Amino acid sequence: MHEYALAEAVISTALKESEKEGLKKITKIKLKIGELQQIDIDTFKFILNEVIQPQSSIIKEAKIELKTQDSGLKCRVCGHKWTFKNTAKKLTEDESESIHFIPEIAHIYIRCPECKSPDFEIVEGRGVWIDSIEGW
Amino acid sequence: MNIIDKRLENIKRLIAVGGGKGGIGKSLTASTLALTLSKLGYKVGLLDLDFCGPSTHIILGIKGIYPKEEKGIIPPEIYGIRFMSIIYYAGDNPSPLRGTDISNAIIELLAITQWGELDFLIIDMPPGIGDPILDTIRLIKRVNFLIITTQSKVVLETVKKVLKVLTELKVPIIGVIENMKMAHPSNAHPEIMKFNIPFLGAIDFDKSIETSIGNVNGLLKTNFSQEIKKLIVSRIS
Repeated sequence: MHEYALAEAVISTALKESEKEGLKKITKIKLKIGELQQIDIDTFKFILNEVIQPQSSIIKEAKIELKTQDSGLKCRVCGHKWTFKNTAKKLTEDESESIHFIPEIAHIYIRCPECKSPDFEIVEGRGVWIDSIEGW
Repeated sequence: MNIIDKRLENIKRLIAVGGGKGGIGKSLTASTLALTLSKLGYKVGLLDLDFCGPSTHIILGIKGIYPKEEKGIIPPEIYGIRFMSIIYYAGDNPSPLRGTDISNAIIELLAITQWGELDFLIIDMPPGIGDPILDTIRLIKRVNFLIITTQSKVVLETVKKVLKVLTELKVPIIGVIENMKMAHPSNAHPEIMKFNIPFLGAIDFDKSIETSIGNVNGLLKTNFSQEIKKLIVSRIS
C-alpha cells in the first residue's frame, strides 16, 4: 500500500520537527488528510501505528488525531470555485486512483465545471500534512 | 520531505541528464545510458521527471507495465531498468501543470517511490531552469548533472545559463556532451571549456536514431549508443 510510504513520511517529519523544537516526548500529532488524496482514515491510522512501533520512545506513545479536509478547487481563468466531490463522480476508477497517488494528476482528468479549463488551483485539501505536534 | 533522503539512501550514484533546451537529446541520452549500464550488469533506475513531455517510455518502447504497491510504489523492471514515469498515472493525456504543481508532484513521487538498492539512478530532466531543476537540486542532495548541448548558438546560450546556475549552486557536473554534431569545427567545445567543466566529447548526428526509437536492440546498435558508452560510462562506472 502506498499509504505506508505516506505514513513513514509523516512520522519521519514529526520526529525531525520535534528534534528541532527540542521535544523529549511527542504526546499528540494532529494530521489533516486532504480529500484529493482519498485515503481511508481507519486504514491510515492502523498503518501509522504500525510505523510508529519500531521508532524511538520519543514518539511511541503519541496519540494520533486524523481529520479529513474537504478540497477547495478554484479556476484560475474564470474564478469558479468547486470541490473534488462535485467532479469525482465523473472520474473512472483508474483516474480516481491516479489522483490518489499523485493529487496533481487532478489537472489531467478534472476541468473547471464552468469554463472547462484545466488551469485551476488546489486551494485546500490536497494531501497529507501535519497540522500540529504536541509534547514536552 | 526528509523521507526522500531515506528513499534514495541505497542508490550509489544519482545522475540527472539536463541541458535546458528541448530536442537536444536529453531523454535519448538518459534512456540509452540507463540501458547501457543495465546491459553491463549494473542495477539501474530511470526516473522521467519531464512531466509535461515524458518521452523515455517512447524511446525504450515501454508500454503495458505498471508499478506495484508495497509499502509505497515499486517501479516495474524492464530491460533490467526500474522505470518510473508520470505516464503510469497520466497515460497519453497532456499534463497541464504549473510550477507549484510540478514541485508537489515531484515531492510526492520521490516520497512514495521505493527504488531499493541501485548502482545508478538516471534522471531525465525537462527543458528549462525552473522548478524541476531547482527541486532536483534541493531534494536529491547527492545528484550529479550530465549536460547535453548541440553546436547551435541558440542551444549553447541556454546551456551556458544552466552551467552558470549549477556552478553557482556548487552542484557537481560530470561533464558536457555535444550531441548531433554536423559541422566541423564546432564552437561547443571552446565555449564549454570556459566553464572549467569536462567536455566529454561530441557525437555526430546519427541518422539511424529515429528508426531505432522504441526498439531497444536497434538503439543499442546505433553509433549514438556506442558513443554514449565510450564517452560517459567509463567516467561514471
